[in-house]
Order: sequence, then structure tokens, then C-alpha cells
Amino acid sequence: MSGLGNNASGTPGEEKGASSMLGLGILKGLGVTLRNFLGSYRDPERLITVEYPEERLPLPEQSRAFPMLIYDGEDPIGGLRCVACKICEKECPSQCIYIVKDRDARGRPMKRPKIFDLDISTCMGCGICAEVCPFDSIKMDAAYERSAESRFERLLLRKEDLAKPNAYYHKIHPTEAAEADARLGIASPEPEAPPEGAPEKAA
Amino acid sequence: MRDPEKSSELEETAPPGLPSFQEIRRILEERVEGLRLEFIPNPAAPDQSSFCVPTEFALETARILRDDPRFALDFCSNVTGVDWLDQTVEETILHRETTDEGERTIKEIVRRRRPGFLEAVYHLYSMRARRGPLVIRQRTANRIDRVRVASLTPIWRSAEFQEREVYDLFGVRFEGHPDLRRILMWDEFKDYPMRKDYVEPDDYEYEPTPQGEAAAKARRHYPYGGAR
Amino acid sequence: MSRQTEGQQFASALGMGNASPEGPRGDSPVLPPPAGPLYEAKPKPGSARAAEGETLEVAVGPHHPSTHGVFRMDVVLDGERIISLKPRFGYLHRNHEKLCEGGTYLMAIPYTDRLDYFCSLTNNWAYVLAVEKLAGVEAPERAEYLRVITAELTRLLNHSCLVGFLLQDMGAMGTPLMYAFREREKLVDLFEELTGARMMCNYMRFGGCRTDASAGWLERTRRVVDDFPRFLDEFEDLLTSNEILLARTQGVGKLSAELAINAGVTGPMLRASGVAYDIRKAAPYGIYERFAFRVPVGEHGDVYDRYMIRMLEMRESVRILKQALKEIPEGPVLNPKARRRNFRPPVGEAYGRLEAPKGELGFYLISDGSPRPYRFRIRAPSFINLTILEDMCLGHTLQDAVIILGSVDIVMGEVDR
Repeated sequence: MSGLGNNASGTPGEEKGASSMLGLGILKGLGVTLRNFLGSYRDPERLITVEYPEERLPLPEQSRAFPMLIYDGEDPIGGLRCVACKICEKECPSQCIYIVKDRDARGRPMKRPKIFDLDISTCMGCGICAEVCPFDSIKMDAAYERSAESRFERLLLRKEDLAKPNAYYHKIHPTEAAEADARLGIASPEPEAPPEGAPEKAA
Repeated sequence: MRDPEKSSELEETAPPGLPSFQEIRRILEERVEGLRLEFIPNPAAPDQSSFCVPTEFALETARILRDDPRFALDFCSNVTGVDWLDQTVEETILHRETTDEGERTIKEIVRRRRPGFLEAVYHLYSMRARRGPLVIRQRTANRIDRVRVASLTPIWRSAEFQEREVYDLFGVRFEGHPDLRRILMWDEFKDYPMRKDYVEPDDYEYEPTPQGEAAAKARRHYPYGGAR
Repeated sequence: MSRQTEGQQFASALGMGNASPEGPRGDSPVLPPPAGPLYEAKPKPGSARAAEGETLEVAVGPHHPSTHGVFRMDVVLDGERIISLKPRFGYLHRNHEKLCEGGTYLMAIPYTDRLDYFCSLTNNWAYVLAVEKLAGVEAPERAEYLRVITAELTRLLNHSCLVGFLLQDMGAMGTPLMYAFREREKLVDLFEELTGARMMCNYMRFGGCRTDASAGWLERTRRVVDDFPRFLDEFEDLLTSNEILLARTQGVGKLSAELAINAGVTGPMLRASGVAYDIRKAAPYGIYERFAFRVPVGEHGDVYDRYMIRMLEMRESVRILKQALKEIPEGPVLNPKARRRNFRPPVGEAYGRLEAPKGELGFYLISDGSPRPYRFRIRAPSFINLTILEDMCLGHTLQDAVIILGSVDIVMGEVDR
């Protein structure tokens, strides 16, 4: 309660008595800004901004933006972990996922999605889909730069856009990805050069 | 839910810091002439069970709840509406029969149709004595034309905006409210959006990625493919 | 602001002298009757037109920089004095309650983030608290600690930003707000590391928290918390004795304790009016009973007291945080019995409330046994704190109304729902 001082108690009249001269409080405040201003030349801690497009802060591991679909192996579509169980579609609060199960030649349902669409104009990045997925298939991507040239472009992500290799998942969320691999009983991929589309991070 | 045995058992519980529900009923019915309170048991959280107060006694009862030192409920925290549609309820009725072997009770389950109504729910606390909540409710006669209940804004000012909100979204009319206007919807709005049977207006706007229900709507509104 | 016990503070605020709220012998509590009649609705002073001279009607907002979002005040001025002020809102109304009634209990959690978008973690907690009461689920120890830590960090974030915005409203362009945002940045970085998002955290679940905090996170939080008093000292050097701030805030927008209680005002606003009512003390939820902290109480109920209360509350939050960060045990953070999918609470209703940075945030849920809530109601503190905006502003000038509104601390996402 050291900050309470004389100032918090009493009437305005007492207040003026507390500071010996009118205007002293303002000078004290100006001293603070001056200290901050001069300090910023000396102490890099006081420089709190980064020059964004050239310089980027590293993202924390948990960081999440929009969902992505993980695939194993080399084939982005054939290797998808998704079995089109539609749990994420049902649990999504903003109903932004749309799934159609694939069928084989005789019309029997297959364990893979024919259509997996994600509408990022309504997705709010809450991460519930990743939370409820029992197959460790849908996970949260960390890429946050999604600007497009026109208004309606790239708002609907197809499964081709969503598919990301397991190595990429390891790169952005290493701990989580290792846990997922252990659950699925697969070998973790070797760390390699970042795949295309990965967010660039400054050290 | 409407098991009289269970209900009377729950009536023996007490809201935090207050006398038991039975006792509260006794005090209130003693002080307000003609008042009959209906106990609404709440099996999930028994200490948040409630009383349904008839509209004509609501203001007087509320005044007692605020001013009587046994309650001193000076803080009306939450006012809200609930919409109950027509529904079939099962009720258990107990018959007492005296036979040769002594008294015994027979349970009979009766189904009846309960007409829908709107409800205003008040959560009352005491800031001075740190008690509560005591929950009281008022019910309207139906959902269509007899939707009046008593406003408790004269007792607790905090109900002012909240009752306006209930009026706005549920269409409950509060008698004696100083300024009953719409608060969240615009003044010209006609319907009551929080009602369970509210039908949203057909005002679909072009969106680039319609799917499911939205896609059906989109086809109806933009047969030639949208605004692009 | 002398330090009495809360009971005394409370009693003196109500004109009850030193009467103790408990009975003399500790039997059933006997309360002295209220000193005078509490609030009665009567025509508002100033609602009638000034008898002579012209009045001027001004619509402040909805797009006015001082109204903290899309909010409008229909003001009637007699000369420079306000004789009527009608708050108008609803521009951001999206029928949040109906939206949540349409989804499962789990789906409502990310939506609660968007109520008061400064304090998503306390919003999460309030909702989860109501569901836990309804379903009788309990959270493990470590999760309770994490809840307290995140909630108190949220309080630091909210109060420091509010003071910055208040000063911005007063014409101190930029500097205090930028200092506040510099600190906020450290706090949202912590949130991002723990929950994955800076503002829309979506962190709590029925029966615990979604993710566990790493040892590194706790260490970094300790560092931020230990540094925070330095920022508060700097902030107070900058502001508290500043003559312009004193002249603008002292005696402005007074709110009496009686009216504040009757109008359901909660949070720092209420305590600035001299009522020591903090739900963390009055009806402790979570594990707040374990922490030693004090509830600062104001004397005059003016804007200055509201500013000061927030500065003091931040220091108390730092105290709670230090204790919580010291005592936090190891263990799971999620009760395995609590289900996320197909979660069906028993039939009944529950009202859960907690002390959010802006006041009492409550959620009222009615369950009919299905996976969707039958009724989902949000008792939003900044919505109800606006009830007495007119009473506080009458007789003041328009520029005072701006800072009175600033001191109420509203967020339109919560007011309009």
C-alpha cells in the first residue's frame, strides 16, 4: 500500500497541502516520461516495439490460428489422418466445417473425406475441433498472415489447402506433436528444412 | 421432477444464510394477507430453489424481502426471463388411505397439458448481511395476450434496465416500470427474439462460402450465383 | 481511505455506526433497520425541461471516440449543465444468449471470450462455475490455482488498461495508455503462451483447465508479477498527484452507497462508493479463501476514488498472485469425470457468479437434461452499472460525463451481448 500515500485520502483541499507547490505533481509526471524517453536510448528493454514486416517475434508453442489437417508420408491427400467421423463438424461452435464421407465404387462409406471444407470467414480459431478429434488429425496451425488480393478470395479452404505434413506440425508445436505420435504409435519425422508455407520466424 | 415427497424434502433446505424455504414461506404468508407461494424445487442445486410469487402480491412481498431484517435482501443481482412453451407434465399425486392395517399412501401419476407461460426470475442477495441468493419468480398467465407481471424496479433500481431487456427480448410487460422501452433491439422491431418459437427473418446476405442450410438459402436468394 | 475492517467500513457506509453485521451474541444475525428509506423510483430530477432558456440536445455517439465502442448518450444540456442523459445501446447486440442456447455446453465457452474481450479468462471461469454448480463437477487443485492466477492477471490487465483509457478520455493523449499497453503486452504474451491466444483464450473447461502450465511459464509469470509493482509506482508517480487529474476527477460523478447498492452496481464502482463488497470475500468461490488480501474501499464515490480503487486493487491482485504462484501444487488440471462431448447436466437450474474485474459477472443456466442449455443468461456487470449513469452525470458538464462514463468501465461486447 505504499502507493496510497497522502494522495488517496482526504479532500481536494488537503491534497493541495500535501504537495507543497501547485504544479509539482505535473513536474513529477513529466519526470517519468523523461526517464522513459532517455532510458530508451540506453536500455534496450525499454524499446518494446518491433518493426513488424521486417522483424517478427517468435510465436509461443501453444499459439493457434486456424485449423489444418495432418497427413503422414508423402501424399497430402492419401496420407490424411482424417477418417471423416464428423465429430469436429458437430462440435464446431461456429459450424464452419463441412465434411462429406468418401464412398467406394460399390457405395460403401470409406474412412476418408471426399470433401473437407473449412470456412475461415466464420472460423474463430477456438481450437475445439482439435480438442475433440480422437484421431489426432485436425490440429491448429499457427500461420496468421492470410491476406488475399480480393475480398472473397481464399475464404474457403479445401482439404488440399488444409493438408499439412506431420513434419510441419512438429516444427510449430513440437511437444504436442510428439505426444500425438506416441498416441498413434508412429515414428516422429526427422527434423528437416521448413516446408513451404511455414511462417517465417525471427530468432 | 414434480414429486411431492421430494419437493417437501427440498423445501427443508435453506438458501445460503437465510432461513429454510418453509420458514421463508411462513414468514411471508404471515405478513402478506392472502399470499400463497408456490415452491419450485431445483433438484440440481437445492439451495437455489425458488418461490413463484403471484403477480398481485409481488411488489409487497419484494418490499418485505428488502426491508425485513430477517431477509435484508438489498441487492437484486439478476433479473431475467424464461419462455416456457406448452408442454405435457407428469405429476405424482399422493392419496392417503386408511385401511385395516393402518395408513398408507398411494402414488398416482397424472399427465396433464400445461399451457405455456413467460417467467421473470429475480436473484436476490444481501450485501449488508452477505446472504443469498433467494430466487423468486413471477409468471404470466399465457404467452400471447396476458403477459403482465409487476415491475420490481420501485424496490430495486437494478431491475430497471434488466426488466427493459426482458420486455425487449421476451415480451413480458412490467406494470409500474418507469420507462418500459426496448433496450437492445431498435424501437421499430416487432417480434421478441428470445422466445423459443421465434422465427428469424429471411434476410440472407450473400456469403462466398455457403454450405449446408446456408447453401439452400443461398440458392433461393441468389439463383444466378451471387454478388460477385 | 483509512483501513477499517470490512464490517466497519460497510456499516459506516450505511450510516449504521459501528454496528456489527452479526448479532451481538453470535446467534441469528440481527440487523439494524436501514437508516432511511432506500431507493424509491421517482421522476428523475432534470427530466423536465428547463423552465426558461434554451436547451440543447446532443447525441454523443454512437461513433464518438470517448464512448468506448458503439454507444450513444442522448444528452440534454441547459447551458453547459446536463439535465438529462439517456444511454442508448444495442448496436453490437447479436443475441449472445440465444446463440448459446442453440449449441452444446462446450460450444458456449469460446463465445464467452467475446463478451468482455479484455477479460476472457474471467468470463470463461464465470460460465464454467455455473456449469459446475449445475452438474456438481469439481476441478482439481492445480486447475483451481491456475484459474486464480489467470483471473488475477486478467484483473491487472483490465485495470491498467482502464486507467489508461480514463486518462485518454481526460485528454492525456497517449502516454498513460501506452504505458498501460506496454504492461498489457507482457500479460497477453503470458496468456498466449498458456492458452494459445492473446485475447480469445478459451481456456477453462467444466472440471478444470484445457492445458497445463509449464514450469517455465510459471517462472515467467513470477517475473512479470514481481516487476508489476514497479510499473504501478511509475504509473502513480505519473498520475496520482497530477493536479490536472485531481481537478478533473475529485468531486465528479459522485455515487452514494445507498443508490449504488440499490441499483445493483458492483465491482470497483461499488467499492469506490464505500461498500466493502467483493464476492471473493463475501461468497468465496474457487479457492479464494486461502489467500490473504484486502478489499480497498473508497470514501467519496467520485471518479478519483474509482481510479484509486483500481490502482489499489492491482496491488492486492499482485499479493494474491504471489501467494498463488508460491503455493501452486503439481497434479492434473482436468477432472477425468467431466465430459466434454455429450455433456448432459441434470435437470435444474444454477446461478454462478464471480468477481470479474468490472463487477459481478453471473451466468444463469437452466438445464432440461439435454446437451443444450434451455436458458442461458448472462448477468453482465457493465450493462447493469450503466443503470445509474444518468444519476451520476446530472448537473455536470459534458466533458465530465465523458470521464464519468470512462470510470464506469464498460465494454460494449458485454453491454450489448
